[in-house]
Amino acid sequence: MSAAFVYRWRKAKNLAMTGLSLLSVGAALVPLFLIFFYTLSQGIGALNLDFFIHMPKPVGETGGGMANAIVGTGILILIGSAFGLPIGILAGIYLAEYGHTAFGAVTRFMTDVMSGIPSIVVGVVAYILVVLPMGHFSALAGGVALGLLMIPTVTRTTEEMIKLVPDSYREAALALGIQRWRATLRVILPAALKGITTGVLLAIARAAGETAPLLFTSLGNRFWSTDVTQPIAALTVFAYDYSKSPFEDWIRQSWAAAFVLILLIFVVNVLFRIVTRGRFAAER
Amino acid sequence: MTYKMKAEGVNAFFGKTQALKGVSLDVPENQVVAVIGPSGCGKSTFLRCLNRMHEVAGGSRVGSILLDGENIDDIDPVNLRRRVGMVFQKPNPFPTMSVFDNVAAGLKLNGTRDRGKLAEVVERSLRQAALWDEVKDSLQKSGVSLSGGQQQRLCIARTLAVDPEVILMDEPASALDPISTAKIEELIFQLKSSYTVVIVTHNMQQAARVSDMTGFFYMGNLIEYDVTKKIFTAPSMKQTEDYVTGRFG
Repeated sequence: MSAAFVYRWRKAKNLAMTGLSLLSVGAALVPLFLIFFYTLSQGIGALNLDFFIHMPKPVGETGGGMANAIVGTGILILIGSAFGLPIGILAGIYLAEYGHTAFGAVTRFMTDVMSGIPSIVVGVVAYILVVLPMGHFSALAGGVALGLLMIPTVTRTTEEMIKLVPDSYREAALALGIQRWRATLRVILPAALKGITTGVLLAIARAAGETAPLLFTSLGNRFWSTDVTQPIAALTVFAYDYSKSPFEDWIRQSWAAAFVLILLIFVVNVLFRIVTRGRFAAER
Repeated sequence: MTYKMKAEGVNAFFGKTQALKGVSLDVPENQVVAVIGPSGCGKSTFLRCLNRMHEVAGGSRVGSILLDGENIDDIDPVNLRRRVGMVFQKPNPFPTMSVFDNVAAGLKLNGTRDRGKLAEVVERSLRQAALWDEVKDSLQKSGVSLSGGQQQRLCIARTLAVDPEVILMDEPASALDPISTAKIEELIFQLKSSYTVVIVTHNMQQAARVSDMTGFFYMGNLIEYDVTKKIFTAPSMKQTEDYVTGRFG
């Protein structure tokens, strides 16, 4: 075999592999765009300013909006985050920094099991924990359900991201006579922030898209309510209810709700990135 | 001669593996002690025993080490490490901090808020580390944006900022080019007027250039410890002679 042939053969293989990689990227991105544009095309008829600032119209009337559901989803995510993120992040820090014990291994395993629990079961848990003692459905119960769903994702990503921070930073901090907890909080955590942010966003996006655990926790609400002790509207629950209806206008609105949800998650993603960017993130 | 630190029959372990075997070594005050020896001889382990970083990595130790006559096991490790600072082999400035914050980290993270004091300490430390002129206009830039040699001097400045009494250096110039190495060596020479320095090095010329005393480690044993000049010209042990003349290791 001549050297020139070996060279061309190597080049050809390289080209083929690069092509396959690009194809895979395409395969991963195509569904995303399809969902985005199909949802948009189906819901565009109902997407107008009214959809964002008006309340649902009574059955039989067309038009109206889902202002209460947009705000409701926001409130549910806020409650879920307030409950799930601190627990998840602290658990992740614990597992990464002090989790070399049998207790740590058990916690890690249980977290993995927890992330595999169907979301409707988590809804049942929140129903028993919050709805039954309160005696009625509430935004609080829905938030707790979403928070529980966020914990495993946040815990595991936080742990993995902290473990990725090189030991040399930890040692440098300790060798300066900085206490362990301060070193973790001020040196290790900032270095892992970008990765943790990704985990948090993933968890938020997943929670925002949940319908099943909300059905018997926050229930849904056709009226304006920001009271966390009362049932509250959510985009996903509206999308689910309306999609089963016989009214064309409602089905259009159902698609619009789905589209707005995607948009909402997109906006939250961008905002979060900007807020947590940090001064030197770009240089790393 | 007064001794700053004193190791007495130190044995160090990683699990069941013994890394140091009965090492006794006195570190004289305001002098530079070089620790040389082939890879895996225990020289880094010895250094990390002196500020109790050995135990952070999961190692254990028996045998006492004294700092100004006080057993270091009786000193809180956090306080000990403020008195016995350390510079690592690979430059490791904190990636999310500016040049200024890197130098100020030891003080800031231990509660010093006084901006005037911080600025003063940062300038003093950077000057001592011979880095001030190069970074004085870019103190707010990221610490990792500096070159390798500058990063290492930044790490030295960071160590100096907490005003330690002893500075441990674990092959501080092995990842650097010759010019940066020369700067670090020059720096070590100046540091000994106010600090006591223990430096681990692979580079025998470096040990000969910067140190007053040299200890030769081999397979966990301290083979010979004497005045640097004697170690390199007329060592009493055959193994030392073989090593410094390049016949093994």
